[in-house]
Amino acid sequence: MKYNPIVNEKIAKFEEFASLHPYQSEETIQGSLEVMYELERALCEISGMDYFTLQPAAGAHGEYAGLLIIAQYFKSKKEKRTKIIVPDSAHGTNPASAALAGFEIVSLKSDENGIISPANLKEVLTQDVACMMMTVPNTLGVFEKNIAEISKMIHENGSLLYYDGANLNAVMGIARPADIGFDVMHINLHKTFSTPHGGGGPGSGPVGVKSFLKDFLPMPLIIKENDEFKVSFNNKKQSIGKMKAFFGNFPVLLKACAYVKALGGVGLKEASTQAVLNANYVLSCLKDKVSIPAGNVCMHEFVLSSKGHLGEGIKTLDVAKRLLDYGYYAPTIYFPLIVEEAMMIEPTETESKQVLDEFIDVLSKIIDESKTNPEIVHNAPVNTFVSRLNEVEAARKPKLHW
Amino acid sequence: MNYIPINEQDKKEMLARIGVKNTEDLLSLQIPEVLRAKKLNITEGISEQELLLLFKNYAKKNKSNLVCFRGAGIYDHFIPSLVDEIIGRSEFSTAYTPYQAEASQGTLQAIFEYQSMICQLTGLDCANASMYDGATAVAEAVLLAVRTSKKNKVIISSAVNPEYISVVETYTKNLNIEIIKIEIDEKTGSVNQNLLQSKMADDIGAVVVQSPNFFGIVEDMQVLSEISKTKNALFVAIVNPVSLGLLKTPCEYGADIAVGEGQVFGNQMYLGGSTFGFLAVKKALEWKIPGRVVGQTIDKNGKRGFVLTLQSREQHIRREKATSNICTNAALNAFAGCVYMACLGSNGIKEIAETNISKARYAFNAIKKIDGFEPLFSNSLFFNEFVFKTTKNVKKIEKQLLKENILGPLNLVKINKKYKDCIMFAVTEKRTKQEIDKLTDILNRV
Repeated sequence: MKYNPIVNEKIAKFEEFASLHPYQSEETIQGSLEVMYELERALCEISGMDYFTLQPAAGAHGEYAGLLIIAQYFKSKKEKRTKIIVPDSAHGTNPASAALAGFEIVSLKSDENGIISPANLKEVLTQDVACMMMTVPNTLGVFEKNIAEISKMIHENGSLLYYDGANLNAVMGIARPADIGFDVMHINLHKTFSTPHGGGGPGSGPVGVKSFLKDFLPMPLIIKENDEFKVSFNNKKQSIGKMKAFFGNFPVLLKACAYVKALGGVGLKEASTQAVLNANYVLSCLKDKVSIPAGNVCMHEFVLSSKGHLGEGIKTLDVAKRLLDYGYYAPTIYFPLIVEEAMMIEPTETESKQVLDEFIDVLSKIIDESKTNPEIVHNAPVNTFVSRLNEVEAARKPKLHW
Repeated sequence: MNYIPINEQDKKEMLARIGVKNTEDLLSLQIPEVLRAKKLNITEGISEQELLLLFKNYAKKNKSNLVCFRGAGIYDHFIPSLVDEIIGRSEFSTAYTPYQAEASQGTLQAIFEYQSMICQLTGLDCANASMYDGATAVAEAVLLAVRTSKKNKVIISSAVNPEYISVVETYTKNLNIEIIKIEIDEKTGSVNQNLLQSKMADDIGAVVVQSPNFFGIVEDMQVLSEISKTKNALFVAIVNPVSLGLLKTPCEYGADIAVGEGQVFGNQMYLGGSTFGFLAVKKALEWKIPGRVVGQTIDKNGKRGFVLTLQSREQHIRREKATSNICTNAALNAFAGCVYMACLGSNGIKEIAETNISKARYAFNAIKKIDGFEPLFSNSLFFNEFVFKTTKNVKKIEKQLLKENILGPLNLVKINKKYKDCIMFAVTEKRTKQEIDKLTDILNRV
């Protein structure tokens, strides 16, 4: 989660954007269509894809759209492909989206370094595989160094490669998904492109494809003809249809477009580069105090394991709760599932060195506390509005309204 | 601008700590040279001042702030000033998903209040934390109904908003679910009850009806619900929350699932998104619903608090066996809905509903008097939207209205070819008498 530029909020409040009805005629919404068109072109350049739809409302919604596109593609070729390969380190939305799109899920085990090995892939890559979903860098923050070989294997099998853009913040201007072998992808604008999380939404999950998949994109598409912007339903015959009503989450698209315009091509690369530098800095300061299962260098995030580094009876959960006491919103814990006692650190590029140093100090202090004063860690948090909440009781006797 | 608060000195120290010379070396430790990107062909970054100018220029190319008589799913309602003020507070707007409950009580309580109000509004027992929009809420309701009934045929009224039907078709396409669209009674513009009765069979899992429907007409939900129960199908009600200020609640007519578009509650139109969808169910379906749910619990000291709950339905735990793939939802938009409801209270919502009905009727009666305008449907039980067939030139009407800063009625032929020369008006509480009179005056003149 990075800094949400205040200026973008200001822009999103312009009445000229906010007061538009979705069924206004094209000539009355040229400005908004241009913003969407400009964003679409920029996302194509950043990712190397040929076309994007801006309609999906979130990352998982984008995954789902992307997989429907893949299903439609194989249907059009009259090929029966029923399976999707999902690495065991993937986000839970990957298999859930694949199931919703009607596919069977084949789980692929990561190798001992936490990446996909061609040998493991070979074992599950059967003729009925429609696609493999990958997150690059993966959820351990590691760049899949075998990606060229994996791409070759997948495509020789007639399958497609899907890029989960959750970690695009690591590679803007550094590596482009389409160039390294991916056919379909989604981007989480609310992560990489700085739009605020809103306590869980709204997001936006544009889906990019290479040109051979263009006709399957959801409707409508925004196109430019003789300097005019149009809402096109031209691909009606083969399109997967509509993913949501109307165009997409426009204010999120607008803020993302403003972000791209403010940074420019060079700035985007600087952002990703700094994100990688920040993550590696934190990693290098913490590596002697915890385990880093995926090795001592990472992209924009890394996953540590606190197993064997904490006082007796103290878990990663306790460390996370203690972080709240020190004023930090604790990072994702117990994910990815392949790392025991995991904690995922993703500082982003918008934190200062001072903030990073303080965080490193606090985390080190908590690790010490877990040995010298385990009670205080176990009882955390104490400085928050409530102390540790009873989740078991909440689920056992659900009270879901007044 | 790149929003990076780190200077060259910091960078040097950080690189030294890592033990590399520069960032290029750091990147090459991970990414093979052949996979590296060329320089991005995106124009250079600009200053804040330039950015504001650029987007002001885009903004100017829109024709905005029109007096809006157009609806069809997105409506121009008045939004109390409190709504934007409260949801714009950074404690809400920039907050992360509330995974760390103890540090997210504000967000969690807001969602709990939202769920509570949706339950009161629909009369049902359990609401989730929100869906992306009304259309996806309907699609998820269909999947939920199929999952629950274990029957894969679903009847949907063709007077459901066509955007919603499209999304339902997208969502069900690959899942061996059959969507049976039933034609409406063209005279009344509402569901043909005899036709529905004749289509009911033991293998129908659910019946999906919208009221007020796409054409603004209030359906006889009681009868339709009873018809669907004759074959034990679940009844899915798509409702406009504003109308619930006056109309019966989905619970009262036996709906198992109620869904709808929340934009009308405190969210700007923004070209149709972002908005939020709501989804509420009977108690029996509680563990089967999609998406996040907040529950009340207590902390170690017995103090009331809130957590994400029933999580074993969700993708981060159940993966491919989850009840839905949804993760990010429309939290802040739903919160706008929550603040809106809190501002108005139940009496306020009732008043808004009454004002919509009376203003829409005032406009309907005035237009009816104009030569060349006939109501399309004989059923006059409509909420805040209605359809006329006209002998006048529809394009000319639209053009003239736009010239006078009015976004006129929707030309229905764009939605369905069979509605040639039919135009649909929406009249909310925001329209003044003067605006309505000006509209009818222009319709007279054209």
